[in-house]
Amino acid sequence: MSDIVSGAALRGAPATAAPPTPPGTDRPEFTTKERSQGELILRRFLRHRAAVVSLFVFLLTLAFAFLGPYVWKYDHTYKKGPGSVPPNLSYPFGTDQVGHDMLAQVIRGTQQSMKIALVVMVIATVLGTLWGAAAGFYRGWLDAALMRFVDILLTLPFIAVAIALNANIRGGGAWWALALVLGLLSWTGISRVVRGVVLSLREQEFIEAARAMGASDSRIILRHLVPNAMGVVIVSATIIIAAAILAETALSFIGFGVQAPDTSLGLLITNAQSAVTTRPWLFYFPGVFIILIALTINFIGDGLRDAFDPRQSLVRK
Amino acid sequence: MFAYTMRRLLAAIPILFAASVIVFSLVAISGDPLEPLRLRTPPVPQQTILNQEHRLYLDRSIPERYWTWLTGFGANPGDDIGIIRGNFGPSVRASVDIGTELGDRAWVTLRLVFVAMFLAVILAIFAGVISAVKQYSKIDYSFTFFGFLALSIPTFWFAILLKSGGIYYNQATGTSTFFTIGNKSPDTASFTTWQNITDVAGHMVLPTLSLMLISYASWSRYQRGSMLEVLNSDYVRLARAKGLRNRQVMVRHALRTALIPLTTVTALDIGGIIGGAVITETVYEWRGLGKMLVESVNGRDVFSVLAWLLFAGFVVVVFNIIADLLYAVLDPRIRYE
Repeated sequence: MSDIVSGAALRGAPATAAPPTPPGTDRPEFTTKERSQGELILRRFLRHRAAVVSLFVFLLTLAFAFLGPYVWKYDHTYKKGPGSVPPNLSYPFGTDQVGHDMLAQVIRGTQQSMKIALVVMVIATVLGTLWGAAAGFYRGWLDAALMRFVDILLTLPFIAVAIALNANIRGGGAWWALALVLGLLSWTGISRVVRGVVLSLREQEFIEAARAMGASDSRIILRHLVPNAMGVVIVSATIIIAAAILAETALSFIGFGVQAPDTSLGLLITNAQSAVTTRPWLFYFPGVFIILIALTINFIGDGLRDAFDPRQSLVRK
Repeated sequence: MFAYTMRRLLAAIPILFAASVIVFSLVAISGDPLEPLRLRTPPVPQQTILNQEHRLYLDRSIPERYWTWLTGFGANPGDDIGIIRGNFGPSVRASVDIGTELGDRAWVTLRLVFVAMFLAVILAIFAGVISAVKQYSKIDYSFTFFGFLALSIPTFWFAILLKSGGIYYNQATGTSTFFTIGNKSPDTASFTTWQNITDVAGHMVLPTLSLMLISYASWSRYQRGSMLEVLNSDYVRLARAKGLRNRQVMVRHALRTALIPLTTVTALDIGGIIGGAVITETVYEWRGLGKMLVESVNGRDVFSVLAWLLFAGFVVVVFNIIADLLYAVLDPRIRYE
């Protein structure tokens, strides 16, 4: 694990080239090329075809959510369309009974859901990484206290706590309040993983060397331990995005998330609940977008896991 | 084994105690339960608010409130409060006893959770083992893709899809094959025991399918991974080398060991499944724990929310103890003294 990101050390090594082939022999031309760790990871990721396709689709979805409002003629507050029209040329995703344009609604819903998921990811990743790194680095009573706290948080059902908190928190219904609550509840898994990595890293020579040179604890944690744990952190972060999308839509669906007149993918499905067979476009479009986001994120996470795994060879079986 | 079980049960007490502190603090700082009353127009008399504050112990500081909630000491006269005495405190709704309600609702929800977990585990083992044994075959790839897809489908969306599928089938055939609303029929007074059982089971079919999907998907991935690891290990090679029949190698040697990681994951996921049950119940309009939580939160019924969260924590802790005991059954190296 230690050399995943610290490829800088390797980059300095001179490129080794095979000696020139003596003429007359049929030895094949053989050269080696210097590659940094980053390049190796990228190459391994690119070999995971499902992950690459997923990354492309995910970026398209991001563009759809954040650039869509500038391109599409209606926005999510528009409700002057004809009621309950199936998808057609002027309303590609149809309209609902009020006359909302569903394409604009889905764009806005995807945007809100993505925004929440990304904020949750940032909060949870930063908090969980620091928490786990501190626990693993200091060990002893601090480790015990920090990790027991994680154990206890894990006994409480995530969704239920989020429901209980979000309904009461001031500004409940604002997207950032929901993101804050979900973020403050999602970091436990990542902290456990980071702690495990840090526990093994802290015994290695380069940490000893850093300490011998007089590096402070915070410098060792932030400059030496955390970057080397980046592989598992990135993989866990992608999983958090997928989990956050599912949690946010579930909460909005039962009425404890994003509130009308704003919208999210979960809220759109609440409104379509009774119309699955009569006006299926209201139900399937937002649903397909949730699945699309979660599915692509899961595949990207799988690809990253393979790419960061040092046991992986370049050849996929 | 008995001594170990007792030790684990005793060790669960401080965990539940710490959980009660966290739950209480979270709920206490998250908002003012009387806010709707205070903001009401026309304003309610000051005395009414003071009375309510007194009744819900809001006139005390948070540590005092926690102490009374936990132990029952210093309770208002005539109040049933004190978790350690088995009392959950006064509900905002005057006619509701939180303990009784929790008991009724828990039975409805937990049987859904248990059945869904059980079926998900069985199917996950089945799919995971087949995937591992036939690694990189068409069937492995199909299971993998289906697993990833199922992992990405939101529970509530799938539940609505199944529900409307059930309704559609009922209408198309003119029968009532699938029950799509409620956890039992509205009028069961004239039912025999057997009819009651089939009625309840019938109402559980679609919710169980909805709830088990995500667990099945993630557990089958774990099972595939752990089975692959075991199949590539030296002791399985030895078992084959000494000429054991394939069936015996697979079941007695490989599968038994490969079940251990799944036990851990299953116990860890129980909180998530209870959360999923809240969502599933909302879709199928069950009167279970999910509805109780939603009603309590909407009604700002603080003691009810506290009781709910603490009970959920209790269930999770119990499951983790059961998982620990299962290790001993599965792994001969672990013998608890």
